[in-house]
Amino acid sequence: MAPPSSRRAGFSKKAQLSLFTGYLLAAAGAVVGAALLALSLWQPSAFAPLRGLAGDVVTPVGSGTAAARAGSQGLFAGLIGYFNAGTQNAELRRENAIARIRLAEAEAVKAENARLKGLLGLRDGESKPVATARLVGSTATSGRRHAYLGAGSASGVAPGMPVLSERGVIGRVLETGRFSSRVLLLTDSESVLPVRRAKDNVIAFAEGRGDGLLRIRLVNLGVNPLKVGDMMVTSGAGGYYRPGVAVAIIAKITPDGGIARLVAEPAATNFVSVLPIHEAAAIAELDAPPGADAPAAAPSAAAPAPRPSAAPTPAAPDGGAGAEE
Amino acid sequence: MERLDPRARSDIYGPRINRAPAPWRVRSVPYASIMLASALPVLLIADTMPLAPSFGFLMLLAWRMVRPGLLPLWAGAPLGAFDDLFSGQPFGSAILLWSLAMIAIEAIEARFPWRGFWQDWFTAGVIAVVYWLASLVVSGASLTPEMLLVAAPQALLGVLLYPVIARAAAGLDRFRLSRARTID
Repeated sequence: MAPPSSRRAGFSKKAQLSLFTGYLLAAAGAVVGAALLALSLWQPSAFAPLRGLAGDVVTPVGSGTAAARAGSQGLFAGLIGYFNAGTQNAELRRENAIARIRLAEAEAVKAENARLKGLLGLRDGESKPVATARLVGSTATSGRRHAYLGAGSASGVAPGMPVLSERGVIGRVLETGRFSSRVLLLTDSESVLPVRRAKDNVIAFAEGRGDGLLRIRLVNLGVNPLKVGDMMVTSGAGGYYRPGVAVAIIAKITPDGGIARLVAEPAATNFVSVLPIHEAAAIAELDAPPGADAPAAAPSAAAPAPRPSAAPTPAAPDGGAGAEE
Repeated sequence: MERLDPRARSDIYGPRINRAPAPWRVRSVPYASIMLASALPVLLIADTMPLAPSFGFLMLLAWRMVRPGLLPLWAGAPLGAFDDLFSGQPFGSAILLWSLAMIAIEAIEARFPWRGFWQDWFTAGVIAVVYWLASLVVSGASLTPEMLLVAAPQALLGVLLYPVIARAAAGLDRFRLSRARTID
C-alpha cells in the first residue's frame, strides 16, 4: 500500500514547511536523546527522581501480580508434591532427624559464640530490617537486571542498602521513590560483591555476568582452592552487607576462580527484607572527599547515600578486608 | 432495511447514519497503547536474562506501519522518554533510538512507497534487531558475550512477534475509529 497522497507536500508551501518541521523536530529529539543518554551514562542517578515517580505508579499493580505469582508457585509446588509424596516423606523424615541434631549443635555453637563475643566486648552485629516488601517487577526488556521493590523512602529505604531474602542476598537498593525502589540484582553485569568461602577465608569478588550466573574472581591468585559445590557468603568487606550471608554455590571451576549459581533467586522469592547498611559510618567516611573534616562527614553519615551504581570497587575492599582482620 | 440485515447501513466501524467516532478516542488510542506496552513488561520478574522484547517499541513500529502518517515524525522522542522511565535503560536511550527509528522508517517509505506485508515485516524486523543491539550497547553495562547469548532470544522473539503486534495495532485502530458518538 502506498502512503496516503495527502502526506506529499506538492507545491503547497504550508505542507512543505510542516513536513520540514517534522523532520527538524525528530532530529532535535534524537539530538536531545543523545545528550540525555550521555548525561545518564556519566551520572547514572541523574534521573532517579523521575524513575522513582514512575516506579511509584506501577508498584500497586505490581503488588497484585506479585501476590498472584507467589500463589501460583505454591499451587504448582503442591501439585508436584502429590506425585512423589511417599518417597519424599521417608527421605524428609531421615533428613529431619539429622537436621535436629545439627540444630542442637548449632544452638550450642551460638551460645558459645555469644559468650566469646561477650568476653571480647564485641557488640552483636545483628540488625533489624528497615522494611519488608515484595519484589513487584523487573526490567524484563532490558539487558540490565534491576528489580522493583514495593517499599521506598517513606519506609526508610535508602540507596545502598542490602536486600536479602530468607535464603540469601538478592541485591542492593539503587534508587528510591516514595513507595517503591529499584534494586540492582546480583546478576546484573555491573554488580560486584566481595565474598568469601563459607568454611574458610578464601576471599573473592562475585561479579554478575548478565546471564544469571556469577563469576567468582579470587583476590589471591595462585593455586585455585575452590571446588564445585563450595558455598560463598558475603565477607562484609566494603561495609554494605553484614558478613556471612549466603550468596552463591560454585558450579564450575575456572583458572581465576569459578562460575557460581545464585542461592536466592529473585523470581522464586515471596517477601524480601531491606537491611540497613552494615557499616554506614565507615562508608560515609570512605565517600567523604579526602581532607574533609568531621563536620563535613557528619551530615552524610546521617543520610548515607553513596554513589548508587558504584559497587565496591577493587580499591574499596582493601580497607574493608583490613578492617575485618 | 435493518430488519432484513442488521448490518445493512454499517461498515467495520459500526452504523454510519447519525454516528461519528469519539474524538478523544481517535487521538489517544495509539499513544495510550504504546505507553501501556512500554509499562507492562515491568510486571514480569526477569532475574537471569531479558525475557521479553521491547513491546513499546514493537507497538510503535506497528502503529507506524499500519497507519503511516498518524504518529507525527517526532513522536519517538516523548514516547521514548516514557519508555525510558520503566525499561531500566539509561534515560535518553529510547528517546534517541526511537527518534532515529521514526526517521529511518520515513526515509525507507519515501524510497519504497509501494509496500506490502512482507516488506513491512522485513523493515520492522531489521529495525527491531538493530534496536535490540543498540540498546544493549548503550545499556550502561559492559557488554559480555554471555549477555549477548542470553539476549538473543529477545531479538528473535521481537522479529517473530511483529506480525501479531501489527494485528493488535490494526484491531486497536478499528476500536479507535469505531463510531461511538451519536450525533443528534
